Amino acid sequence: MSAAGRLAEADGRHLLHQMLRVRRFEERCVELYSATKIRGFLHLYIGEEAVAAGTMEAIGPKDTVVSTYREHGHALLRGVSAASIMAEMYGRVEGCSRGRGGSMHLFDAGTRFYGGNAIVGGGLPLAIGLALADKLRGLNRLTACFFGDGAVAEGEFHETMNLAALWQLPVLFLCENNLYAMGTELARHESQTDLALKASSYQMTAWSVDGMDVLSVREAARRAASEVRDGGRPCFLDLRTYRFRAHSMYDPELYRSKAEVERWRSHDPIPALTAQLQDAGLIDDAGVQQIERSVADEIDQAIAFAEAGTPEPVADLERFVYADAGKDAAR
Amino acid sequence: MSAPARVRLTYREALREAIRQALIADERVFLMGEDVGAYGGCFGVSKGLLEEFGEQRIRDTPLSESAFVGAGIGAAMGGMRPIVEVMTVNFCLLALDQIMNNAATIMHMSGGQFPIPLVIRMTTGAGRQVAAQHSHSLEGWLAHIPGLKLLAPASLADARGMLAPALADPNPVLIFEHGGLYNLEGELDADPGAVDIEHAAIVRPGVEVTLIAYGGTVRVAIAAAEELAGAGVQAEVIDLRVLRPLDDRTLLESVSRTHRAVVVDEGWRSGSLAAEISARIMERAFFELDAPVQRVCSAEVPMPYARQLEQAALPQPETVAAAARRALGIDG
Ligand SMILES: Cc1ncc(C[n+]2csc(CCOP(=O)(O)OP(=O)(O)O)c2C)c(N)n1
Ligand SMILES: [Mg+2]
Repeated sequence: MSAAGRLAEADGRHLLHQMLRVRRFEERCVELYSATKIRGFLHLYIGEEAVAAGTMEAIGPKDTVVSTYREHGHALLRGVSAASIMAEMYGRVEGCSRGRGGSMHLFDAGTRFYGGNAIVGGGLPLAIGLALADKLRGLNRLTACFFGDGAVAEGEFHETMNLAALWQLPVLFLCENNLYAMGTELARHESQTDLALKASSYQMTAWSVDGMDVLSVREAARRAASEVRDGGRPCFLDLRTYRFRAHSMYDPELYRSKAEVERWRSHDPIPALTAQLQDAGLIDDAGVQQIERSVADEIDQAIAFAEAGTPEPVADLERFVYADAGKDAAR
Repeated sequence: MSAPARVRLTYREALREAIRQALIADERVFLMGEDVGAYGGCFGVSKGLLEEFGEQRIRDTPLSESAFVGAGIGAAMGGMRPIVEVMTVNFCLLALDQIMNNAATIMHMSGGQFPIPLVIRMTTGAGRQVAAQHSHSLEGWLAHIPGLKLLAPASLADARGMLAPALADPNPVLIFEHGGLYNLEGELDADPGAVDIEHAAIVRPGVEVTLIAYGGTVRVAIAAAEELAGAGVQAEVIDLRVLRPLDDRTLLESVSRTHRAVVVDEGWRSGSLAAEISARIMERAFFELDAPVQRVCSAEVPMPYARQLEQAALPQPETVAAAARRALGIDG
């Protein structure tokens, strides 16, 4: 297919819009963090937007998403509202986790978003369990599980890969390989740096993808998702990407050079897609401006919503430790 | 004789200097853990040590808590003196099997043949709005385990001084650094002497009630004692320092003088260290008590993110002072 055809088929404008929603949302989060509106840990996804935008195109509303602590983009593109995410980061009752979770623990049953998990690798076993439940209930849907390259070193990763393949569970493993686990470079934490090869040793289909190119991510995710759905077995994508910002707001970034970051910034997926769309005549400057305005409106409204939110009364502190009898989370 | 030279430093720097001196003093000592090297330590404790001591002795590990804690146990058995850093106590749960089933038992299971001279450092505690997977105080759980020793440096002197005796100890020693203390700043002797790792310390003498605390709650207890002093009540504050084995004697002597005790613990109340201490006082100083032992612990809820909820979940000077007043039979 021609470049323009590929872009049109994939609805490139929509992908641009999605990536910009994540980028601008997080840029505002940084400001709000400095203004101490948002507290705790804040892990930014800036630079990695093509991964969330591309993969979400392959994940349907009935499917399930399991995520990490770097999950604002996953949540937002999954369909959790910007307002409820922002309110969560403000610690307000109107937040998607009622202000109990914060940035690292976004949850939303309505969109089958099973959480930001801040234990590295902690979501992987959950994901195969959710998929096992679907399989046992005869539901044809998949579970998409995001995790970082760092998680690949954990025992939980290996135990999960084995079980997923052994039991042929419908899980789409999405490894966001940004080349670092905090300050530890891939080659300093993995004996085998080809993560797709590692996953395939568990007898599942796995391949590597240019995670800075949203069209490649989208195509790979769609192919992998149909493998999971039609084949009824797990599939693994090694999505090669890069985080432009520090690991969290506390990271002095002693472990990588400015030049390296700059090199990767020149592969920023957002200007790349914008240029492709412009070259193909699918968008002009006014079109980009229009997207930017709609994104800015969405974020302004989210902030206004969070600002107007309610702090939970201290008297309610011990709520939600146990579920009430008869309550069932399954959907 | 001139006064010894003093240096101004933070708790973080005191820990770093302790590690440096240990590395210089004994070539069997090495530090390993996630991001201790190139990153400079998750909380900045080991910053600069990679440059000074090199990759063999400052070892960045992958995210593999069970494997590298276990490797620390093996290396200790093999003749080294490892210092293993686990970023936070929450992540040590991934290594609990190694800590419990190997570090704590091999000496005994082998009939005394294989001591484990290992030090494991980790951050603990709440107060920074990092929610329910990064904030807990699980010292009480680990203090349940025979075969382990547990230390909780709450002062600069202990941050600087506890590591050397912990390394000299032939047993696995766990050191808990409260996340809220890293920026604590003050003065120490440039060349401080050794501290003991057997005794609790009376950090503020008093006569009417004993406030027993450790780690991050010591400053809470001191603030409560100050508040009580304003109302004319002289509270004694004990910093436990050593969480296992507990220094019963210091506790019982104090309570026998003050006749009242409040235990302050950032762990959850049920099955807590505070419960253990309370039981020991009840068992061994019951007839010295003028009031039931009071406990101020964290609320029994996974730590919430929202600031007002987190603060409400944690022991505060006001709640400690109120518990002391209850013990004293003072209203309000
Ligand atoms: C079990 C566990 N160990 C350590 C940490 C501390 N930690 C948080 S994120 C992180 C790096 C994870 O890297 P990666 O999986 O590559 O994800 P990325 O941050 O690059 O998105 C570490 C060490 C943790 N949260 N959980
Ligand atoms: Mg990574």
